[in-house]
Amino acid sequence: MPNLDSAFSALADPTRRAILARLASGEATVMELAEPFEMTQPAISRHLKVLEGAGLIVRRVEGTKRPCRLAPNGIDAIERWLAMLREALAKNYDRLDEVLADMTIERQKDMP
Amino acid sequence: MSKMTLKTEGDKHLIVTRHFAASPEAVYRAHTEPGLIQKWLLGPEGWTMPVCISEARPGGKIRYEWTDGKGGGFHLTGEYLELVPFSRIVHVERMHLPQTTPDNHVETRFEQAATGTLMTMRMTLPDAETRAAMLATGMQHGMEASYARLDATI
Repeated sequence: MPNLDSAFSALADPTRRAILARLASGEATVMELAEPFEMTQPAISRHLKVLEGAGLIVRRVEGTKRPCRLAPNGIDAIERWLAMLREALAKNYDRLDEVLADMTIERQKDMP
Repeated sequence: MSKMTLKTEGDKHLIVTRHFAASPEAVYRAHTEPGLIQKWLLGPEGWTMPVCISEARPGGKIRYEWTDGKGGGFHLTGEYLELVPFSRIVHVERMHLPQTTPDNHVETRFEQAATGTLMTMRMTLPDAETRAAMLATGMQHGMEASYARLDATI
Protein backbone atom coordinates (compact mmCIF):
# COMPACT_ATOMS: atom_id res chain seq x y z
CA MET A 1 0.00 0.00 0.00
CA PRO A 2 1.51 3.38 -0.94
CA ASN A 3 2.16 6.24 1.45
CA LEU A 4 -0.30 8.98 0.44
CA ASP A 5 2.11 11.85 1.19
CA SER A 6 4.72 10.45 -1.16
CA ALA A 7 2.01 9.54 -3.68
CA PHE A 8 0.78 13.14 -3.80
CA SER A 9 4.25 14.66 -3.99
CA ALA A 10 5.03 12.18 -6.78
CA LEU A 11 1.88 13.35 -8.59
CA ALA A 12 2.78 17.03 -8.18
CA ASP A 13 5.20 16.76 -11.12
CA PRO A 14 3.71 17.10 -14.64
CA THR A 15 6.21 14.68 -16.23
CA ARG A 16 5.36 12.02 -13.67
CA ARG A 17 1.64 12.51 -14.27
CA ALA A 18 2.32 12.14 -18.01
CA ILE A 19 4.29 8.94 -17.37
CA LEU A 20 1.37 7.53 -15.37
CA ALA A 21 -1.01 8.48 -18.18
CA ARG A 22 1.24 6.64 -20.65
CA LEU A 23 1.41 3.58 -18.37
CA ALA A 24 -2.37 3.54 -18.15
CA SER A 25 -2.32 2.18 -21.70
CA GLY A 26 0.14 -0.59 -20.83
CA GLU A 27 3.58 -1.66 -19.69
CA ALA A 28 6.60 0.27 -21.02
CA THR A 29 10.39 0.23 -20.76
CA VAL A 30 12.53 3.23 -19.80
CA MET A 31 13.55 3.59 -23.44
CA GLU A 32 9.93 3.64 -24.61
CA LEU A 33 9.05 6.23 -21.98
CA ALA A 34 12.06 8.47 -22.69
CA GLU A 35 11.14 8.87 -26.36
CA PRO A 36 7.89 10.89 -26.26
CA PHE A 37 9.09 13.04 -23.36
CA GLU A 38 12.34 14.03 -25.08
CA MET A 39 14.19 13.29 -21.90
CA THR A 40 17.34 11.31 -21.22
CA GLN A 41 16.94 7.79 -19.87
CA PRO A 42 18.64 8.70 -16.54
CA ALA A 43 16.14 11.56 -16.12
CA ILE A 44 13.21 9.22 -16.77
CA SER A 45 14.77 6.65 -14.43
CA ARG A 46 14.82 9.24 -11.64
CA HIS A 47 11.12 9.95 -12.15
CA LEU A 48 10.38 6.22 -12.19
CA LYS A 49 12.24 5.78 -8.92
CA VAL A 50 10.01 8.44 -7.30
CA LEU A 51 6.85 6.81 -8.71
CA GLU A 52 8.02 3.39 -7.56
CA GLY A 53 8.90 4.71 -4.09
CA ALA A 54 5.42 6.21 -3.84
CA GLY A 55 3.87 2.84 -4.66
CA LEU A 56 2.29 4.12 -7.87
CA ILE A 57 4.16 1.82 -10.28
CA VAL A 58 5.79 -1.59 -10.11
CA ARG A 59 8.72 -2.90 -12.17
CA ARG A 60 9.78 -6.37 -13.14
CA VAL A 61 13.04 -7.75 -14.46
CA GLU A 62 13.19 -9.03 -18.04
CA GLY A 63 16.79 -9.71 -19.05
CA THR A 64 18.55 -6.35 -18.87
CA LYS A 65 15.28 -4.42 -19.05
CA ARG A 66 13.01 -3.42 -16.20
CA PRO A 67 9.62 -2.67 -17.74
CA CYS A 68 7.16 -0.79 -15.50
CA ARG A 69 3.42 -0.69 -15.15
CA LEU A 70 0.83 0.97 -12.96
CA ALA A 71 0.37 -0.41 -9.44
CA PRO A 72 -3.40 -0.89 -9.18
CA ASN A 73 -3.31 -0.39 -5.38
CA GLY A 74 -1.52 2.94 -5.75
CA ILE A 75 -4.21 4.43 -7.94
CA ASP A 76 -6.89 2.99 -5.66
CA ALA A 77 -5.37 4.82 -2.69
CA ILE A 78 -5.59 8.19 -4.47
CA GLU A 79 -9.18 7.48 -5.46
CA ARG A 80 -10.01 6.49 -1.91
CA TRP A 81 -8.36 9.63 -0.58
CA LEU A 82 -10.43 11.84 -2.89
CA ALA A 83 -13.50 9.97 -1.65
CA MET A 84 -12.53 10.86 1.92
CA LEU A 85 -12.06 14.53 1.09
CA ARG A 86 -15.49 14.43 -0.49
CA GLU A 87 -16.83 12.86 2.68
CA ALA A 88 -15.33 15.58 4.93
CA LEU A 89 -16.81 18.34 2.76
CA ALA A 90 -20.12 16.51 2.58
CA LYS A 91 -20.18 16.35 6.40
CA ASN A 92 -19.77 20.15 6.60
CA TYR A 93 -22.65 20.64 4.20
CA ASP A 94 -24.86 18.16 6.06
CA ARG A 95 -24.29 20.28 9.16
CA LEU A 96 -25.12 23.37 7.10
CA ASP A 97 -28.45 21.74 6.16
CA GLU A 98 -29.30 21.64 9.88
CA VAL A 99 -28.20 25.26 10.38
CA LEU A 100 -30.42 26.31 7.47
CA ALA A 101 -33.38 24.35 8.83
CA ASP A 102 -32.96 26.12 12.21
CA MET A 103 -32.80 29.50 10.44
CA THR A 104 -36.12 28.76 8.72
CA ILE A 105 -37.74 27.85 12.05
CA GLU A 106 -36.40 31.04 13.67
CA ARG A 107 -37.87 33.08 10.85
CA GLN A 108 -41.27 31.41 11.17
CA LYS A 109 -41.26 32.19 14.90
CA ASP A 110 -40.56 35.85 14.13
CA MET A 111 -43.56 36.11 11.85
CA PRO A 112 -46.70 37.59 13.37
CA MET B 1 -28.25 10.06 -3.37
CA SER B 2 -25.25 12.31 -2.99
CA LYS B 3 -26.13 15.97 -3.25
CA MET B 4 -22.56 17.19 -3.50
CA THR B 5 -20.10 16.99 -6.37
CA LEU B 6 -16.37 17.64 -6.22
CA LYS B 7 -14.31 17.68 -9.36
CA THR B 8 -11.12 19.09 -10.81
CA GLU B 9 -11.23 21.26 -13.90
CA GLY B 10 -8.15 21.93 -16.03
CA ASP B 11 -4.88 22.20 -14.11
CA LYS B 12 -5.77 24.78 -11.49
CA HIS B 13 -9.43 24.54 -10.59
CA LEU B 14 -11.54 22.61 -8.12
CA ILE B 15 -15.31 22.82 -8.41
CA VAL B 16 -17.75 21.91 -5.64
CA THR B 17 -21.51 21.99 -6.14
CA ARG B 18 -24.25 21.36 -3.57
CA HIS B 19 -28.02 21.78 -3.35
CA PHE B 20 -29.64 23.25 -0.23
CA ALA B 21 -33.30 23.21 0.76
CA ALA B 22 -33.24 26.88 1.74
CA SER B 23 -33.31 30.27 0.07
CA PRO B 24 -30.17 31.78 -1.49
CA GLU B 25 -30.42 34.47 1.21
CA ALA B 26 -30.18 31.90 4.02
CA VAL B 27 -27.30 30.01 2.37
CA TYR B 28 -25.43 33.25 1.68
CA ARG B 29 -25.86 34.36 5.30
CA ALA B 30 -24.60 30.98 6.56
CA HIS B 31 -21.43 31.57 4.50
CA THR B 32 -20.79 35.13 5.74
CA GLU B 33 -22.11 35.55 9.32
CA PRO B 34 -19.59 34.37 11.96
CA GLY B 35 -22.20 32.97 14.35
CA LEU B 36 -23.57 30.76 11.58
CA ILE B 37 -20.20 29.79 10.02
CA GLN B 38 -19.02 28.50 13.41
CA LYS B 39 -21.86 26.00 13.47
CA TRP B 40 -20.95 24.08 10.35
CA LEU B 41 -17.53 24.82 8.80
CA LEU B 42 -15.77 22.36 11.08
CA GLY B 43 -14.45 19.34 9.20
CA PRO B 44 -14.30 16.08 11.15
CA GLU B 45 -16.18 15.26 14.35
CA GLY B 46 -14.74 16.84 17.47
CA TRP B 47 -13.29 19.96 15.83
CA THR B 48 -14.55 23.43 16.69
CA MET B 49 -13.93 26.97 15.43
CA PRO B 50 -13.43 29.16 18.53
CA VAL B 51 -12.36 32.21 16.48
CA CYS B 52 -14.32 33.33 13.43
CA ILE B 53 -13.80 36.75 11.89
CA SER B 54 -15.78 37.45 8.73
CA GLU B 55 -16.03 41.09 7.64
CA ALA B 56 -18.41 40.68 4.73
CA ARG B 57 -17.49 43.73 2.66
CA PRO B 58 -14.93 44.24 -0.14
CA GLY B 59 -11.50 44.31 1.52
CA GLY B 60 -12.96 42.82 4.71
CA LYS B 61 -10.88 40.33 6.68
CA ILE B 62 -11.46 36.60 7.11
CA ARG B 63 -9.88 34.59 9.91
CA TYR B 64 -10.99 31.12 10.97
CA GLU B 65 -9.21 29.25 13.77
CA TRP B 66 -9.90 25.56 14.29
CA THR B 67 -8.98 23.35 17.22
CA ASP B 68 -9.37 19.65 17.96
CA GLY B 69 -9.64 20.44 21.71
CA LYS B 70 -6.48 18.42 22.36
CA GLY B 71 -3.91 21.08 21.56
CA GLY B 72 -4.05 20.54 17.80
CA GLY B 73 -5.20 23.24 15.43
CA PHE B 74 -4.54 25.53 12.50
CA HIS B 75 -5.98 28.69 11.02
CA LEU B 76 -6.98 30.29 7.76
CA THR B 77 -6.80 33.95 6.77
CA GLY B 78 -8.24 35.73 3.77
CA GLU B 79 -9.89 38.81 2.34
CA TYR B 80 -13.23 39.42 0.68
CA LEU B 81 -12.91 40.88 -2.81
CA GLU B 82 -16.49 41.11 -3.99
CA LEU B 83 -19.92 40.45 -2.47
CA VAL B 84 -23.27 40.49 -4.20
CA PRO B 85 -25.99 39.71 -1.65
CA PHE B 86 -27.32 37.00 -1.87
CA SER B 87 -25.84 35.53 -5.02
CA ARG B 88 -22.05 35.80 -5.18
CA ILE B 89 -18.96 35.91 -2.95
CA VAL B 90 -15.40 36.27 -4.22
CA HIS B 91 -12.57 35.94 -1.73
CA VAL B 92 -8.98 34.75 -1.38
CA GLU B 93 -7.83 32.48 1.41
CA ARG B 94 -4.70 30.70 2.59
CA MET B 95 -4.04 28.15 5.31
CA HIS B 96 -1.42 28.47 8.03
CA LEU B 97 -0.37 24.96 8.96
CA PRO B 98 1.78 26.77 10.32
CA GLN B 99 3.59 27.18 6.98
CA THR B 100 1.48 29.37 4.71
CA THR B 101 -0.09 27.81 1.64
CA PRO B 102 -0.37 29.72 -1.67
CA ASP B 103 -3.49 31.84 -2.15
CA ASN B 104 -6.66 30.03 -3.11
CA HIS B 105 -9.00 32.31 -5.09
CA VAL B 106 -12.60 31.27 -4.46
CA GLU B 107 -15.79 32.29 -6.21
CA THR B 108 -19.01 31.05 -4.60
CA ARG B 109 -22.35 31.45 -6.37
CA PHE B 110 -25.81 30.88 -4.95
CA GLU B 111 -28.56 30.40 -7.50
CA GLN B 112 -32.28 30.07 -6.91
CA ALA B 113 -33.31 26.54 -7.87
CA ALA B 114 -36.74 24.94 -7.98
CA THR B 115 -36.21 23.24 -4.62
CA GLY B 116 -33.98 25.80 -2.93
CA THR B 117 -30.46 26.89 -3.78
CA LEU B 118 -27.69 25.57 -5.98
CA MET B 119 -24.27 26.52 -4.66
CA THR B 120 -21.26 26.41 -6.98
CA MET B 121 -17.84 27.00 -5.48
CA ARG B 122 -14.98 27.44 -7.92
CA MET B 123 -11.48 27.42 -6.45
CA THR B 124 -8.51 28.61 -8.49
CA LEU B 125 -5.03 27.64 -7.35
CA PRO B 126 -1.80 29.13 -8.76
CA ASP B 127 -0.87 25.86 -10.50
CA ALA B 128 -1.40 22.10 -10.64
CA GLU B 129 1.36 21.48 -8.08
CA THR B 130 -0.37 23.70 -5.54
CA ARG B 131 -3.69 22.02 -6.16
CA ALA B 132 -2.16 18.58 -5.58
CA ALA B 133 -0.42 19.84 -2.44
CA MET B 134 -3.61 21.46 -1.17
CA LEU B 135 -5.54 18.26 -1.62
CA ALA B 136 -2.77 16.42 0.20
CA THR B 137 -2.54 18.83 3.18
CA GLY B 138 -6.30 18.84 3.50
CA MET B 139 -5.90 15.26 4.48
CA GLN B 140 -2.99 15.70 6.88
CA HIS B 141 -4.81 18.30 8.90
CA GLY B 142 -8.03 17.46 10.55
CA MET B 143 -8.71 14.17 8.87
CA GLU B 144 -7.26 11.84 11.49
CA ALA B 145 -10.59 10.06 11.77
CA SER B 146 -10.48 9.26 8.08
CA TYR B 147 -6.86 8.17 8.34
CA ALA B 148 -7.88 5.80 11.09
CA ARG B 149 -10.65 4.40 8.92
CA LEU B 150 -8.23 4.01 6.02
CA ASP B 151 -5.77 2.21 8.27
CA ALA B 152 -8.53 -0.11 9.37
CA THR B 153 -9.47 -1.00 5.80
CA ILE B 154 -5.94 -1.78 4.60
